[in-house]
Amino acid sequence: MTSAPENSPGDPTKQGKLYSSALAALEGISNDATVLVAGFAGCGIPQKLLRGLAESGVSGLTLICQGAWIQEPGDFTVADLVGSGQVKKMISPMPFHPVHGGAVKEQWESGELEIEIVSQGVLAERLRAGGAGIGGVFLPSSSGTRFAEGKEVRQYDGCEHVLELALKADFALLRAQAADTLGNMVYDGTARNWNPTMAMAAGVTVVEVDAVHHPGGIDPELVITQAIFIDRLVLSD
Amino acid sequence: MESLADKERLPREIMAMRVAKELPDGSYVNLGIGIPTMVSSFVPEGRTVFYHSESGILNCGPLAEEGNEDIDLINAGGQYLEPVGGMSFFDSAEAFAMIRGGHVDVTVLGSHQVSATGDLANWMLPQRGVGNVGGAMDLATGASGVIVAMEHTDRNGEPKIVQECTFPLTGKGCVYLIVTDLAVIECDGQGLTLKEVAPGWTPEEVQQLTGAKLTISPDIREFEL
Repeated sequence: MTSAPENSPGDPTKQGKLYSSALAALEGISNDATVLVAGFAGCGIPQKLLRGLAESGVSGLTLICQGAWIQEPGDFTVADLVGSGQVKKMISPMPFHPVHGGAVKEQWESGELEIEIVSQGVLAERLRAGGAGIGGVFLPSSSGTRFAEGKEVRQYDGCEHVLELALKADFALLRAQAADTLGNMVYDGTARNWNPTMAMAAGVTVVEVDAVHHPGGIDPELVITQAIFIDRLVLSD
Repeated sequence: MESLADKERLPREIMAMRVAKELPDGSYVNLGIGIPTMVSSFVPEGRTVFYHSESGILNCGPLAEEGNEDIDLINAGGQYLEPVGGMSFFDSAEAFAMIRGGHVDVTVLGSHQVSATGDLANWMLPQRGVGNVGGAMDLATGASGVIVAMEHTDRNGEPKIVQECTFPLTGKGCVYLIVTDLAVIECDGQGLTLKEVAPGWTPEEVQQLTGAKLTISPDIREFEL
């Protein structure tokens, strides 16, 4: 999928959007920021960036993410960030594992953490609208449920559609397999998950990547997320 | 009721096998977590079913063999998958465009309750206060049809098939077939028709453990696998 930039002069890690550390790549993030975090059930989580966010010490964060699922020993996930008391709210389709619980469940039960449940496909479409400059979308997904309460409803094709408003964030923390120094990105399997959609919907987009290439090192036909959506890169550990 | 509670019911494998029989050749199918996940093991020979997962993969392979796990190749339940030829990857928004757009033919889900008119309530138990909705709401309204695979009664012996759902709804009128450990029941949006019963059970006994009225099909039979 990617080729080693053997014939290109210089070190690609010294160029373009690449930052030296997660903390440096998160410069400008402040208390009460809204942050998108990619990842799905332990797959494609930007762990180094989440560690950097913990290190930055910012608090009062609103995290928009798939949720905190089971984690392997040594993993660093949104649950750890919640555990360190830096998160005030989570917007998520699956905030915590129904059986294993964890920090998210504990803080939600004690009232320290606010949780807003949103259906996964609705969240995806709200973020896509946010990233594409669309104010909102009419979706059938929550029709007739408590999630439709108080929202505008229209009939289309014989069924109810509910107005869901666009969603944007201050920062997006993403994870990719490889990028070029401009920020064109490719992924590995199901680690793609939220990344392309979230990349469009944040003010500052930071990506943790396994490899950085010179421009031309990634076949343009295979680029999944285009450089225009990406602001900063940091190499994974 | 005491005697009915103790009476032998069908194991989950048989329920999964019965659901598998419903999947058309060449169809795109999304399997939920729990009993639905087991369905792929029982698709009848000679039939090809393509699995869609909201983790962002189409034409999912079987679960990965031990030692072959790849963290970047998982299903919606977070289980590792075996790579297979013909699979493709996509992002979360596209995963739900496939569902919402009606491109996925059948969804098989577990549930807490199903109503007489095919309403689905599977994302939240009110006593828990918060639920994991996941993608169930999108699946319920988007897929061309929802098959529910669930136990006929809950842990306390209460019916899970009810006149009106008392738990928060996932979707209205979206279920067209219910396969339980006691029965196969069709929903046409107006009411429920009992089509098959588990071996050793009578339609009357199944009705006793059901919270909504069942119309007994004229060609009622034992579970057909």
